[in-house]
Amino acid sequence: MTDTSLATPRRRFRFDRNASAILLIAAVLIYLGLVLALGQTRFLTLENVIAILTRSITLGITAIGQTFAILVASIDLSVASVISAAAVVTSVVMNGNPAMMLPAIAAVLVMGAVIGLINGLVIARLEVNPLIATLGMSLIIQGILSYFYNNFAGNVPAEFQVFAYGTIGVVPYSLIFMFALAGLAWFVLRFTRFGSDIYSVGGNQDAARLAGIKTVRVVVGAHILCSLCAAIAGIYLASRLRSGAPWIGAEGVYDLESIAVVVIGGTVLAGGRGGVWGTMAGVIIFSLIDSIFNVAGVDAFVKQVLRGIIIVAAVAFYAARSQRPVA
Amino acid sequence: MNPAFAEPTGYMNYLKRVGALAILSAGALYVIVSGGFDLSVGSLMTLTVIGSSMLASNDPNSTYWIIPLMLGIGAVVGLINELVVSNLKVPSLIATLGMMISLNGVAFMWSGGAPRGYLPDTFRFFGRYNIPDVPLIGILPVAVICLAAFGLVLWWGMHRTNYGRMLHAVGDNPQAARLAGVPVKSVRISAFVISSLTAVLAGVILGGRAGVSVDIGSGFELQAITAAVIGGAQLLGGRGSVPATIAGALALEAIFTLLNLLGLAQPIRLVVQGLILIGAVAFATYQRKRVGR
Amino acid sequence: MSDYLQNFCPVHSKPQREDDLKKTFATLAILGMMPGLALAQAPNFDDPAEFGKQREQLAASFNGPADQRYLQYAGDAMVDTAQFKKEGPWTVCFSNAGVNNPWRVVGYTDMTEEVKLHPEIGTFTHVDAEGSDDKQIADIDDLLAGGNCDALIVSPYSTAALTPAVEKACAAGLPVIVFDRGVTTDCPVTFVHPVGGYGFGIQAADHIIANVPAGGKVLMLRILPGVDVLETRASGARNMFKDAGLTILGEEFTDGDNAKTKSIVEDYLQRGAIDAVWMDAGATAVAAVEAFEDSGFDVPVVPGEDQQDYLQKWRDLGFKGVAPTYPTYQWRTAIVAAVNTLKGEQVPGPEWVLPQPVITEDVLDQYINEKMPPLHYAMCGCEDMPGYPEAWGGSK
Repeated sequence: MTDTSLATPRRRFRFDRNASAILLIAAVLIYLGLVLALGQTRFLTLENVIAILTRSITLGITAIGQTFAILVASIDLSVASVISAAAVVTSVVMNGNPAMMLPAIAAVLVMGAVIGLINGLVIARLEVNPLIATLGMSLIIQGILSYFYNNFAGNVPAEFQVFAYGTIGVVPYSLIFMFALAGLAWFVLRFTRFGSDIYSVGGNQDAARLAGIKTVRVVVGAHILCSLCAAIAGIYLASRLRSGAPWIGAEGVYDLESIAVVVIGGTVLAGGRGGVWGTMAGVIIFSLIDSIFNVAGVDAFVKQVLRGIIIVAAVAFYAARSQRPVA
Repeated sequence: MNPAFAEPTGYMNYLKRVGALAILSAGALYVIVSGGFDLSVGSLMTLTVIGSSMLASNDPNSTYWIIPLMLGIGAVVGLINELVVSNLKVPSLIATLGMMISLNGVAFMWSGGAPRGYLPDTFRFFGRYNIPDVPLIGILPVAVICLAAFGLVLWWGMHRTNYGRMLHAVGDNPQAARLAGVPVKSVRISAFVISSLTAVLAGVILGGRAGVSVDIGSGFELQAITAAVIGGAQLLGGRGSVPATIAGALALEAIFTLLNLLGLAQPIRLVVQGLILIGAVAFATYQRKRVGR
Repeated sequence: MSDYLQNFCPVHSKPQREDDLKKTFATLAILGMMPGLALAQAPNFDDPAEFGKQREQLAASFNGPADQRYLQYAGDAMVDTAQFKKEGPWTVCFSNAGVNNPWRVVGYTDMTEEVKLHPEIGTFTHVDAEGSDDKQIADIDDLLAGGNCDALIVSPYSTAALTPAVEKACAAGLPVIVFDRGVTTDCPVTFVHPVGGYGFGIQAADHIIANVPAGGKVLMLRILPGVDVLETRASGARNMFKDAGLTILGEEFTDGDNAKTKSIVEDYLQRGAIDAVWMDAGATAVAAVEAFEDSGFDVPVVPGEDQQDYLQKWRDLGFKGVAPTYPTYQWRTAIVAAVNTLKGEQVPGPEWVLPQPVITEDVLDQYINEKMPPLHYAMCGCEDMPGYPEAWGGSK
């Protein structure tokens, strides 16, 4: 596989740390090569670079949260439904009224935190497998949501669309916001007690508990952050789409895609290893893949086949070196 | 409740409806018991239906070579799934997710987005035909015979053979199984292959019941896992029963049918499904702990 | 993950667990109430004025060449496009909501074949949003940033969501053509679409009302909620059934899934007789017909759409069918509109309303072609194109 050709490092080379950067560089090189080979240098403008980075803001914000869930050896399949619910609540509560912007955001964040709390408790206390717990939660949210709404509902005021469409110079606020959020997540993981607890619990639950870490709290905390990020992604999507509808999360496949970019970014599905910058690299790789397909005019169906292969190959790129057995 | 549902014919129709999911879940259970996931089964069902309609070109005799060919494709898919998992060390969740996305793309590529042929009646026989005028039960759908036959085979394989015991051992603790001399790799390969083969069979039955459409198998991967879990299977391996899984599939479909007969709206059905899913697993975990495992 | 799940078994006492459950359900209840805080401001899909207008348009005569429906238009409003006139070869860009169902596949084939008829189109750039608003907005951004487009055709996934992106394209000075679903801005050069959803609903409902006695029972099957062109079909038909004194047994969503459709119809059949099955799109019509067949009932009035499998089933079984259409030829029209705009010629607008024919029993045979794939849409208006029938998957 790729590991022999790309990664023949000196002994001390930290492959785990750099693999996502290697993948990102590879994706950028492929993009550059393609653009130059096709003579389409117009794709190399600053506007286009920003257009590529802005492609996946919703996915990026969601994936930052998913990183927490996966680091703690859990997983969250409910993010897509949370995104839909958050977007609908945002647009319904605002309903075109700028004065309602803050209450709407507050309501959505509370909702996200509550959902995360329930997910975390069901997983950590009731010991339900996280896949099942969050799949069930996803169905429940989707059911409640589509009981009340079956279409785009409400609308966000023009002032609020600035979140998705406003720019400083040529750089969109939302792009800055996503990287700021990633920076914050990095800070939490790197410099706080909670952050190191997440790695401990994800790495080895028993050892963590024996070391005196309150594992239930850590798992619940990670899930609250995960759902909060999904809720924020929903707020952003409401701003971008001007309104929210019960299906927008599912149509974007944010649940599976967020998991895919997290693992492409080098976070291990078994927990305990990885980080948020890898996830950001994964998000940019996904955007680049989309753009590469658009530039090259790849047929929609071939695109799907390639995307499946790329996900597996990227994960294999990390995992094939690992000595751990997987299932 | 309408008396029609209580009549034998009603039961037979209901078993017929649930046939594809029940067989699929029983096959998917093999992978679950071995400690993995197989998310590719739904798209493999789609590929089976679309591929068969493309190959059949309205020739009734084609069924006899198409179904074996599709089983062959299924076996290859299962093999690739396992090789990616064990050789490239990709977790099965991701490996089969990639396979799911790719197979959907392959099905679309093959058909150009819209299938180009009908499924001949000989193909649809398995999922659609009822044997009429059977004493006591009125009608006997072929799908129900298939369900009984494949269910029996899958039950035998998991609960009455040495292979089944090894499968449980691998799922319970792969290292210990290896030390005990279990050929872990070939046990896992066969689990994925069995899962894929049953997906093809489920595709044949579902295609027979429903005819050609482009996303016929979507969502079945999660339904199969749900059925297994309702049947008490433990995700990540070591525990699971074929009859209970089939019962889980029957229960799932019965709940949907009941909710539909009661005239409840789709959103409520989703909520009920979610609650059952979490409740079933929470209850199983609780039980397991109470008996001290 | 496995380590964590197998080894993590903290001991709890029972009361604690019950507390957790109580908390869980209390918070769930709160979650359930939250969306109800504000009343929904649903888009209006029950507009009597629009309903009346579409009913008139169904019967109206259209301008343009009589044998080329895809070039016909209702009314005589035209827009001037001199400002967009440009020398060829052009780059025409197309942002597509998706090619995820056979209707869109047939339409997209119509479109690519139409492009071949116009040598002035030097490059045709197609980007596919794969059924996601978020992705389609990004696609349009990509096209604006680096696509070098001379004209932009958009088939929006959702009306409201794509409006800002279309406005952005207009602001960049591009001539924009929108078709199929609309946007809520009038900045595009024209919006190409057939008569509309009410019209589709009317055509099928008329047929049902004419063939079912008063008090008859109608089952309404719908694909999914929320899509404007489907919502209007349902609301138009629903009102007509009520006015005609028919009983609506229920409205069920099928997700366009044949197996689910069959189950739903079977379940309703177990509860009692059905006199007609109305559908907002014909993709699952054959499954509904088969549900009657397999349960041993006569097939009642079941309208469908112009897909070959339905048309042939209708002919073979001889039930009371009718096929309203949502013609795929509008995909050709979008290219024609873009070409005419770049030539600086007048284009019907701001809305280019195409005829929306209904296939009835007396013209059924004209539309059946067994050489075409089962899911081919007969109202493709593509029979005169050089690539027909192979490009659509048919054989000569």
